[in-house]
Amino acid sequence: MTKSELIETLAAKQVQLTYKDIDSSVKMLLEHMSDALESGERIEIRGFGSFSLHYRPPRTGRNPKTGDPVSLPAKYVPHFKPGKELRDRVNAAAAAK
Amino acid sequence: MALTKAAMAERLFAELGLNKREAKEMVDQFFEEVRQALEKGDQVKLSGFGNFDLRNKSERPGRNPKTGEEIPITARRVVTFRPGQKLRARVEEYAGNNDS
Repeated sequence: MTKSELIETLAAKQVQLTYKDIDSSVKMLLEHMSDALESGERIEIRGFGSFSLHYRPPRTGRNPKTGDPVSLPAKYVPHFKPGKELRDRVNAAAAAK
Repeated sequence: MALTKAAMAERLFAELGLNKREAKEMVDQFFEEVRQALEKGDQVKLSGFGNFDLRNKSERPGRNPKTGEEIPITARRVVTFRPGQKLRARVEEYAGNNDS
């Protein structure tokens, strides 16, 4: 499912809101979440999961073409931990097949 | 402070003019649709944010950490998140001193 398919599905179910409202809402939600992570804030959605940042220490990498060492600075990467309801539902559906 | 559904709904109310009930439903439905797609075995790709993928894990040996007793970890399907290029780039330079 892509973002536009998600918007379509929501539009089919939400009778009161216009397509434009739903389109803007989905984009605003994702932007809000990205903003939070960018400023180092966690995201906690009960039953879905949580997003946080994981630290990656600086390391020496290599240029794959030349083999020359390159020093790579420390960075943060987004991390998602699925919540219990999401874990259980995905796994139950898979087990039922 | 963590970002929650309540704060997301508040943003839709303040910026888009949805009423409070519509905003709350919108946020709930958004996460519910993603869950349903994953439940159906469908990968979810949100461009600019990231992809939620599914992985099938086969059974592997495990241990009860308390008792040391060996128990198999059953085969299961799990959700993984792969942040997109854009989100990675935005987060990379975060220089905060908390270890969130």
